[in-house]
Amino acid sequence: MKLWPPIAATVFALCVWQAVVTLTGVQKFILPSPTLVAETWWLNRWLIAEHTLITLNEILIGLVIGISLGVVTALTLASSKTARTLLAPMLVFTQALPVFALAPILTLWLGYGIWSKAAMAVLITYFPVTSAFFDGLMRTPSGYLDLAKTMQASPRRVLWYIRVPAALPNLGAGVRLAAVYAPIGAVIGEWVGSSKGLGYLMLLANGRAKTDLMFAAMLTLGVLSVLLYVLMAKLTRRLGDRET
Amino acid sequence: MTQAPGITLKGQASIEGRQLFAPLTLSLDAGRWTCLLGGSGVGKTTVLRLMADLPTGADFDGEILATDKTPVAERIAYMAQDDLLLPWATVEKNIALGARLRGQKMDAVRVERLLDRCGLHAHRGKKPSELSGGQRQRVALARTLMEDKPIILLDEPFSALDEKTRAAMQDLAADLLTNRTVLVVTHDPGEAARLGHAIYVMTAAGLTSVAPPASSVPRPVDAPDTITCRSDLLRLLMETTT
Repeated sequence: MKLWPPIAATVFALCVWQAVVTLTGVQKFILPSPTLVAETWWLNRWLIAEHTLITLNEILIGLVIGISLGVVTALTLASSKTARTLLAPMLVFTQALPVFALAPILTLWLGYGIWSKAAMAVLITYFPVTSAFFDGLMRTPSGYLDLAKTMQASPRRVLWYIRVPAALPNLGAGVRLAAVYAPIGAVIGEWVGSSKGLGYLMLLANGRAKTDLMFAAMLTLGVLSVLLYVLMAKLTRRLGDRET
Repeated sequence: MTQAPGITLKGQASIEGRQLFAPLTLSLDAGRWTCLLGGSGVGKTTVLRLMADLPTGADFDGEILATDKTPVAERIAYMAQDDLLLPWATVEKNIALGARLRGQKMDAVRVERLLDRCGLHAHRGKKPSELSGGQRQRVALARTLMEDKPIILLDEPFSALDEKTRAAMQDLAADLLTNRTVLVVTHDPGEAARLGHAIYVMTAAGLTSVAPPASSVPRPVDAPDTITCRSDLLRLLMETTT
């Protein structure tokens, strides 16, 4: 991929932003200019870094647990019709609940520390991973299954040697989605109740009309999410041609 | 491999009350090639899938019997138009898929021999995406032979190939599958004329037996009796499908 078009577009957007602030003379606590945001970011880099590490920790814990639970659930659902009958409606129902509404309860149960935020990230990543992987497992090309049947394969081995590898690209898609959702989960958890993390920093800065700091924290979160996505995309690209 | 049995399918099939094929009797002679020729939608693939005990979506009213009175479905090896190679596995692992799926140890000597006989030695470590259509179908054939079953069901096995590759594959398959009971479902009259010890044309009305040329299988593409047989079959197809 060529790098310069997105860079050029970003520079252009920043120029427009700067121009709007300069031309309208808008107050800096309403909309700070990009140069001010950059300056604030640099002055507060250690503060931001400290809070970023906290949030990153929550995200990674959430991702690992969320993806693991999702994979196990999808495998269970795919290998047992009983599990599908019993669990699938419940799974859909839990997704109909707004996960965000659970954040205060999670804080109540798990406290102000990182676990309530990690749990939020787990909840928000669990379903896309489960759903994408399960979908892949249920859409194995029927020809493979015919072939396996004529070879008197056991269902467990068909799952492991055919259905799982055939569904790995779907799992990859689920994991990439999870990488985008996990930071949202962690930050929502922080908003509900915390004393650390980028979400906390954003609320704090906002409450004190330090909009420039809020922007700096928000952009850091954005960059973090993009980096996470790129990392996951690189990791999951290999899933497509895994050797069994 | 155990002694190849003859097989008889007798019955009729319908899909949601609509008749797919009328009552018919199809007999495969033991150790011989039977070609079932027909246009699209006459149910010839259904016949093959019934023998393999694969899902057909049709209601079958009838029976499938082997001359030795033992069940048919677990003694078949199946090969389709789509090579069904697993894209993530190497040629070698695709050939040995059956053992892997049954939790058995792979017969390495046999794999070697089949790689040799199918001309795949140079490709053993490659993924299917690195192979040509003809090479892929050779891998599928090797996988089918790896199963070492007495009954072989081939569903349009070479129809996705170009003519030259198809003729070469027919020769190879005829050579490698001797003494097995083989059913080839095809829409290609030329294929039936080259490969069939017995040839049936399937239409909505039932089966018509057509006498194959007297020469031995695989028949040369350019032999006059092969060409005549091909033309006869084509004419029969054209008459019955319109």
